[in-house]
Amino acid sequence: MAIIENPLELESGDVVRVAERPLGVLTRPSGNTGWQSWLFTVDHKRIGIMYGAFAMFFFLIGGLEALAIRLQLAVPNGKILSPETYNQVFTMHGVTMIFLVIMPLAAAFANYLLPLQLGARDVAFPRMNALSLWVFLAGGIFLCSSLFIGGWFENVPNGGWFNYAPNSGTLFSPTKGIDFYAIGLQILGIASLVSAINLIVTTLNMRAEGMSLMRMPVLSWMLLVVQFLLLFALPVITVALFLLMFDRLWGANFFNVEMGADPLLWQHLFWIFGHPEVYILILPSFGIISEVIPVFSRKPIFGYSFMVGSGIAIGFLGWGVWAHHMFVSGIGPISVAAFSVSTMMIAVPTGVKILNWVATMWGGRIQLTTAMLFAVGVVSMFTIGGLSGVTHAASAADTQQTDTYYIVAHFHYVIFGGALLGIFSGFYFWWPKMFGYKLNETWGKWNFWLQIVGFNLTFGPMHILGLQGMSRRIDSYDPGYGFELWNMVSSIGSFVIFAGVFIFLINVFVSKRQAEHLPPVGPDPWDARSLEWMTASPTPEHNFDTEIVIDSLDHFWHQKYGYDDDGNVVRIAYAEDVAHDGSATNVHLPSPSYWPIVLASGFPFVGYGLIYNYWLCAIGGFLIVGAIFGWVFEHPDDPDAAHGHHDDHGDDDGHDGHEVDEGTTENAEADLVTADSATDAGEASDG
Amino acid sequence: MAEAVLDHADAHDAHDAHEGHVHKTNTGMSNNKLAMWVFLGSECLLFGGLISTYLLYRHNIQDGPGPSEEFFDIPFTSASSFVLLMSSLTMVLAHSAAERGDQKRLKIWLLSTALLGSVFVSGQIYEFTVFVREGLGWSTSPFSSAFYALTGFHGVHVTIGIIMLLSTFISTLRGRMHPGNAETVEIVGLYWHFVDIVWVFIFTVIYLAA
Amino acid sequence: MSEETLTAETTKGVSGGRPTHDEHGHITDFGYVKIFVILAVITAVEVVWSYVNVPSYVFIPILFLMMLVKFYLVAAEFMHLKYDIKLFSMLFVTGLVLAGGVYLIFLSASQIWQSF
Ligand SMILES: [Cu+2]
Repeated sequence: MAIIENPLELESGDVVRVAERPLGVLTRPSGNTGWQSWLFTVDHKRIGIMYGAFAMFFFLIGGLEALAIRLQLAVPNGKILSPETYNQVFTMHGVTMIFLVIMPLAAAFANYLLPLQLGARDVAFPRMNALSLWVFLAGGIFLCSSLFIGGWFENVPNGGWFNYAPNSGTLFSPTKGIDFYAIGLQILGIASLVSAINLIVTTLNMRAEGMSLMRMPVLSWMLLVVQFLLLFALPVITVALFLLMFDRLWGANFFNVEMGADPLLWQHLFWIFGHPEVYILILPSFGIISEVIPVFSRKPIFGYSFMVGSGIAIGFLGWGVWAHHMFVSGIGPISVAAFSVSTMMIAVPTGVKILNWVATMWGGRIQLTTAMLFAVGVVSMFTIGGLSGVTHAASAADTQQTDTYYIVAHFHYVIFGGALLGIFSGFYFWWPKMFGYKLNETWGKWNFWLQIVGFNLTFGPMHILGLQGMSRRIDSYDPGYGFELWNMVSSIGSFVIFAGVFIFLINVFVSKRQAEHLPPVGPDPWDARSLEWMTASPTPEHNFDTEIVIDSLDHFWHQKYGYDDDGNVVRIAYAEDVAHDGSATNVHLPSPSYWPIVLASGFPFVGYGLIYNYWLCAIGGFLIVGAIFGWVFEHPDDPDAAHGHHDDHGDDDGHDGHEVDEGTTENAEADLVTADSATDAGEASDG
Repeated sequence: MAEAVLDHADAHDAHDAHEGHVHKTNTGMSNNKLAMWVFLGSECLLFGGLISTYLLYRHNIQDGPGPSEEFFDIPFTSASSFVLLMSSLTMVLAHSAAERGDQKRLKIWLLSTALLGSVFVSGQIYEFTVFVREGLGWSTSPFSSAFYALTGFHGVHVTIGIIMLLSTFISTLRGRMHPGNAETVEIVGLYWHFVDIVWVFIFTVIYLAA
Repeated sequence: MSEETLTAETTKGVSGGRPTHDEHGHITDFGYVKIFVILAVITAVEVVWSYVNVPSYVFIPILFLMMLVKFYLVAAEFMHLKYDIKLFSMLFVTGLVLAGGVYLIFLSASQIWQSF
């Protein structure tokens, strides 16, 4: 068996002895059991799982906020929330669901699946990957802490998720809420930017041999497009957030209308980011269902290259449409007309995708598993959301729809019906790969049907309410406008959704219990097509036992199926025969590290410091700078980690024997390559 | 702050993870260098946003001074632009020395790049104090806020670059730098040149076009 | 970008991994100095040009042209874009074009060009 040579491994001539004792006191974390193995891990799979778990926690917070909104609006003149609290709750609902739920859930799949689908050992920068996770968590905690810091619902962001100027200035928003928004989103932006750079480099540089770009699964492609969108969109909102912060904390004049500042500056910057952000939310889900639908239709994806091309086209076009959010803000008829047309053009690549999914299902032997049900749910619900979107691309119609519940209906059909249902499809599909057991299908179907029925009950009536003229973001409505019935229906629907989500959580526990009595799921429980199914479930820490050489799109499927003389598809091998069993022990993996989590922990201090007391900034700065130094002096690979707990190799001079002084490199490197070939075992054999 | 940390992360990954040299990558380029280019692509939109904000508020000067030939000290700023340009030359010479394995020149050029950068930043600080004395405070007008935000962001980038250069310099002293590691110098250089071309843009847009 | 990556890793080791190093040799230190001199001269011309009294529709385009030449020289030569793989140029140009595109549209929508 070939020894895996992988870009992750220790570079030759540069074994830094300092590395093993960061700061000279602490020893490097090692091993892969216990809580430390999660806190200090750099394994993309554990990081992915933690992204998912934290995001689900925030999902519950955001969901409770949604229920509070619906309780308030269930009957006219609701008294559950005061107008001030209502503003805070809908703002936090939006910000939480977008930045702390959908984006990290997509990141969960991206982290877990991208290296696997590309046939890589891990991401390009494992420690930076851990950094993204912890910075995300730090930002999320920081943002949510606004709910109780300085008193319950005293300093909560209250300007809506798009937080228009000049309402966001200290004059109109004197509490600290908007400061939490501005700084919290910047922290989250750092997490996403680091992760975007990491995953782009991973995709462009770390693919297995033979995995050309046009052999990547559609999910990998969509994730790549999303990372590019993040890469280019995040700096735009970073600018806007910095300017807002400068205004609020230090009296700058970017949005100060008294000084003649232009409030549209914020709107432009926000939506230049904001519209690509919509695709950042939706494309991962498109990718997920592009994996699920072919598997459960027993057919390859229809029009692979069109699928990829339309994803890229959506990514590009998404940059030229932002002002459709500003049709009524006075940008002038030329801008309105131009953005109206460009927005309509986006419907073309989106339509291509929908038709391709339908064509993939067409004539297939469809298996309506829960994952497939959710995927079909995405296709149908997103179509509704997309069509209502076209109605506000038409600027004349949009003038009527702006700031009504029609808009609320539209974007929930897109983000809930499109993004979130797709993520649930992904849960059911990849759960066996991640945890080694399938989720229960009966509970799963209850989960699906409650969620989809509840979803349509909640958001379907909002189309009607919006066209009847009910404004969004108003905390109450008077009786007699014909709003009562549909608001009540909508509120009931929201509790049905809640029941659906609750059943999902039950399902997780029930299925885990049941799995003890079931046979193991094996590497490939769904008879699937992409590489992640070509290794054991749950995925072993080292991913694949040997380096895979890819020779076609759907490589794994072609290992299992061939053609007989009549050209019919026949099975030529079972998954268990071609998949790796995860037994390899001679794989060198990057070592865990303290520094990502330490570095991340500095950010909330800086944030609180900026708002309350600059001394806290000093603490945060100390943590950040200290962690950076620790990071620098720590080698990505801990040479010692390979020793002590592995007896399965005889060559104990692995990397350690090669300390290289300047000038003698070339020879030493050559030596080291040889040494690498007798690679030390990493943590792999522990797992 | 955000930028600061990212730059560090990038630069320091450059120090310690030299994966690309020995092992194959799909592009044939190391992960570190590719990551720096990806990051610089992102930086274009950051500075673009700040420059646009400046352009939007250029004439919104309220009661304070505005951007004019009289207000700006063009000869002074031209000199400091020249210094920054020169630092790009020393940077590129440092890289070429690193590739040749010429330790002595590498150290000299790294240090002079950092020095020239410091001269530029000092010049900027001096310029700011003059402007403040002449009545252009941070809160004077949308123009003043935008001017300080844009040039300040750039100055912070230069400062981070100086820290990266000095860290690289120190690691050459400690003998950690060898021809196989020339890429570290190259990556720091990419960042440094980028900061330089941003200044080329800013110098033209703010000062010369005033 | 995709197909050329398929080459099997036959030469594992030091020699195989450094395709760029030969190409760096394209410029000598003297070459860098020459480019620097060009840059310095353009900067000087820019500064002088900024004192010349011409109408702004002549002044601004020529000023920006000189800026773009400087920009190009630093990016292409000092940052090696000319000699490195095309992907790097694509990444950078994508950033520049996107930034130029969205911000110019934004500024046009805000009608700032009259002020030049
Ligand atoms: Cu939009």
